[in-house]
Amino acid sequence: MAERGGRGSGHGSLDKSITLPPDEIFRNLENAKRFAIDIGGSLTKLAYYSTVQHKVARVRSFDHSGKDIDNEPLYEISVQEEITARLHFIKFENTYIETCLDFIKDHLVNTETKVIKATGGGAYKFKDLIEKKLGLKVDKEDVMTCLIKGCNFVLRNIPHEVFAYQKDSDTEFRFQTNHPNIFPYLLVNIGSGVSIVKVESEDKFEWIGGSSIGGGTFWGLGALLTKTKKFDELLQLASKGQHTNVDMLVKDVYGGACQTLGLSGNLIASSFGKSTTADKEFSKEDMAKSLLHMISNDIGQLACLHAKLHNLDKIYFGGFFIRGHPVTMRTITYSINFFSKFDMLEMDRLERPLVNLPLLKDPSTYIPDTVDLTDDAMARKYWLTCFEEALDGVAKRAAASQPDSVDAQERAEKFRQKYWNKLQTLRQQPFAYGTLTVRSLLDTREHCLNEFSFPDPYSKVKQKENGIALKCFQSVIESLDSLGWEERQFALVKGLLAGNVFDWGAKAVSDVLESEPQFGFEEAKSKLQERPWLEDSYSQWLERLKEGPPHKCALIFADNSGIDIILGVFPFVRELLSRGTEVILACNSGPALNDVTYSESLIVTERIAAMDPVIHSALRDEKLLLVQTGSSSPCLDLSRLDQGLAVLVRERQTDLVVIEGMGRAIHTNYYAVLRCESLKLAVIKNSWLADRLGGKIFSVIFKYEVPCK
Amino acid sequence: MPAFIQMGSEKHFSSLHTTLCATGGGAYKFEQDFRTMGDLELCKLDELDCLVKGVLYIDSVGFNGRSECYYFENPTDAERCQKLPFNLENPYPLLLVNIGSGVSILAVYSKDNYKRVTGTSLGGGTFFGLCCLLTGCSTFEEALEMASHGDSTKVDKLVRDIYGGDYERFGLPGWAVASSFGNMMSKEKRDSVSKEDLARATLITITNNIGSIARMCALNENINRVVFVGNFLRINTISMRLLAYALDYWSKGQLKALFLEHE
Repeated sequence: MAERGGRGSGHGSLDKSITLPPDEIFRNLENAKRFAIDIGGSLTKLAYYSTVQHKVARVRSFDHSGKDIDNEPLYEISVQEEITARLHFIKFENTYIETCLDFIKDHLVNTETKVIKATGGGAYKFKDLIEKKLGLKVDKEDVMTCLIKGCNFVLRNIPHEVFAYQKDSDTEFRFQTNHPNIFPYLLVNIGSGVSIVKVESEDKFEWIGGSSIGGGTFWGLGALLTKTKKFDELLQLASKGQHTNVDMLVKDVYGGACQTLGLSGNLIASSFGKSTTADKEFSKEDMAKSLLHMISNDIGQLACLHAKLHNLDKIYFGGFFIRGHPVTMRTITYSINFFSKFDMLEMDRLERPLVNLPLLKDPSTYIPDTVDLTDDAMARKYWLTCFEEALDGVAKRAAASQPDSVDAQERAEKFRQKYWNKLQTLRQQPFAYGTLTVRSLLDTREHCLNEFSFPDPYSKVKQKENGIALKCFQSVIESLDSLGWEERQFALVKGLLAGNVFDWGAKAVSDVLESEPQFGFEEAKSKLQERPWLEDSYSQWLERLKEGPPHKCALIFADNSGIDIILGVFPFVRELLSRGTEVILACNSGPALNDVTYSESLIVTERIAAMDPVIHSALRDEKLLLVQTGSSSPCLDLSRLDQGLAVLVRERQTDLVVIEGMGRAIHTNYYAVLRCESLKLAVIKNSWLADRLGGKIFSVIFKYEVPCK
Repeated sequence: MPAFIQMGSEKHFSSLHTTLCATGGGAYKFEQDFRTMGDLELCKLDELDCLVKGVLYIDSVGFNGRSECYYFENPTDAERCQKLPFNLENPYPLLLVNIGSGVSILAVYSKDNYKRVTGTSLGGGTFFGLCCLLTGCSTFEEALEMASHGDSTKVDKLVRDIYGGDYERFGLPGWAVASSFGNMMSKEKRDSVSKEDLARATLITITNNIGSIARMCALNENINRVVFVGNFLRINTISMRLLAYALDYWSKGQLKALFLEHE
């Protein structure tokens, strides 16, 4: 929120020297391309679309024309500046509108934009002011249309946008997966007042009612009763109050015998009803709480009455009044506009459409995450501590990955600080950033790294490991080919599992890799857990290979770079191809830890094809296809995959899905149900997790699942 | 209450050979006190039953030859406003809104068939309670008196304050309240309103809300006659007329607000 640097004496003399921390509030204003402003009863909401320069790691094949192939690096890594688009969201009180407009004008240096879209009542009231201050033409849009378009946008595109709140339940917040069909719904927008809109389709919506008892009432009455001026302070007071000191409850009226009325004794019979009889004064906290209950209950009731009248079973509550405060949410079930928490949105996430994997048995009930950390307090404590402990190492690695950069240390420290703060916030408020899972912790870490220009800290490590692994490829193939069929199947699986051990993301492994650089593939295989494995359906898998026809097409989600993909995955792929099964190899669109990326996979495959005729002809005949997943996470959300992948899966009639690695097969998708055969393989590299699942560290998971008829 | 029971005891109520019928929550809450302090045995009756029976009875008896039930014609026009009788001979179905400390809303289908549709905790107790806190008044009459002299538009944020006029898209007239007490976020405005303005705004807010909920219930239950009763409306013409107007305006004349002489 903007704060004034000096003291103004009313609207006339607004101080020009404003202490705004520009980096934090008005980010990237210089390149703003599009502006939109929504001026409501009390708050102004500003959205702008601007471009940001952003480092991205790229890999590129070298042109090996007779040079020293053995000693040259496998491919070239370059860090490039890319321009990406971002949407920014800012809110401020209407009283600051002139000050903020001035600030924006001062910083709008690089824009060619001539128009600002405006909506809300203020679009009429402040039109001239905006045009004068910003030198932009105000183009008015209808507020309800904007509200509904915005609501539809977030409902469709932002995962975990919506959640339900259940009082006294173990999991207070239940995040809803994006339903394929969002219409019809009732939108209750709680601003200064309340608007109730029925939305039947993208273009068909209607304002059906409203209420004057809303956020403005809470703020206004709250200020009068408690002398508190700020909205957030009022909420703070409310969280500490006991409304029963101020409200008259049914049991106050009836004594004990409430069943005659059919109402619970704890229901409020009359808000502020005790004010008339009490001798003493009420505390601010109690009054604030009572006020909050009064208003929230009233809104909830009206919403239900409207929903009943129009036969709607989905009600979404939006608007700044709610703001994710548990106190506010305790009386009704809400959906909330997460833009109040995330003030930036990466646009290119949405430029390539993300869709469901067609092979999911039931997309509407699919939840990728195996453990909900908002639900499981013990697990949450463990993982937060785990990520805290790993943080120093991650920051060091980030700094070390850019030795030529002068400010790498500084940026790494900023990254460390930012991610640390997020972890601390999550300790206090597990719901602060939406759903909390190992996946969200991992993804947030990657985003923070990106934010401080560390797009791929493991790029050099990956490059080196890819190089080493490629050198071993042919000998691994030779030894596999020399085995009998059954032995080979087992060796291939062991290879996949052993390869998966090479994961810099797991502290247990990175410790070893750092201290024993010679720990190679052979050693990993020999140290692999003996059967029976923690999860062991290998025999069924073998049986299937023996008795059944070759699969038509296998989809493999790859995990780590280096030994994993080259010596683990590729021999397995080769075997499938030899049986006549087509293979779709899916790799990350963007880097995460030392996971292999799509662009790296292209180069690696090219190199392998040069050494191996099976891979070579499969590539040529399009029996081996390389695709990107649409994800830049160490985990896997099968409901948000690149559309190209989905199309290919359908076209090629994929009937086997292979998911490897802890991130993709255990932290997510462990319980995922597919419509075709699947293999989930991983070596558990975390002792706590292993213990949870009933085993020891480095236990093996080999899950072969067949769909039930 | 204790003083009343004490008085009953002193005046030997218990020697009266008549049953003391009691209803309302207190019939249960104070039953023991009546027994021990006043030596009185209460005959407890359900308050909603009594309410329904009472409304029907009192209308059938009439009010000194006049109709007990009435409505307002031109409720907001000070000059032309008229109280006109309403014939409740065929009352069913009826929506009954009882505004006491809290509010109960009943749908009455026949003399023995009714249900409690819903209620709200924003009732007379809220109006009085908030008024006491905001203005320092000590009686309901005082609160109403203050309200009659106040201007709620100073306290509330109206549609025209936000849009500069009517908001046609939603069909909202500029004089409609967009946010109750919405102007009170500003210190300047807080300092410039009087106690009377605050009392008025409180009255308007509570009344409008009750009207709104009653209207929604009437629509959901398919009933077009709404009778408002309860002590909140005693000597409270402002609220009665506001309810009459609001119900008529927002329902486009489909709903009628009815009142009883003996609310």
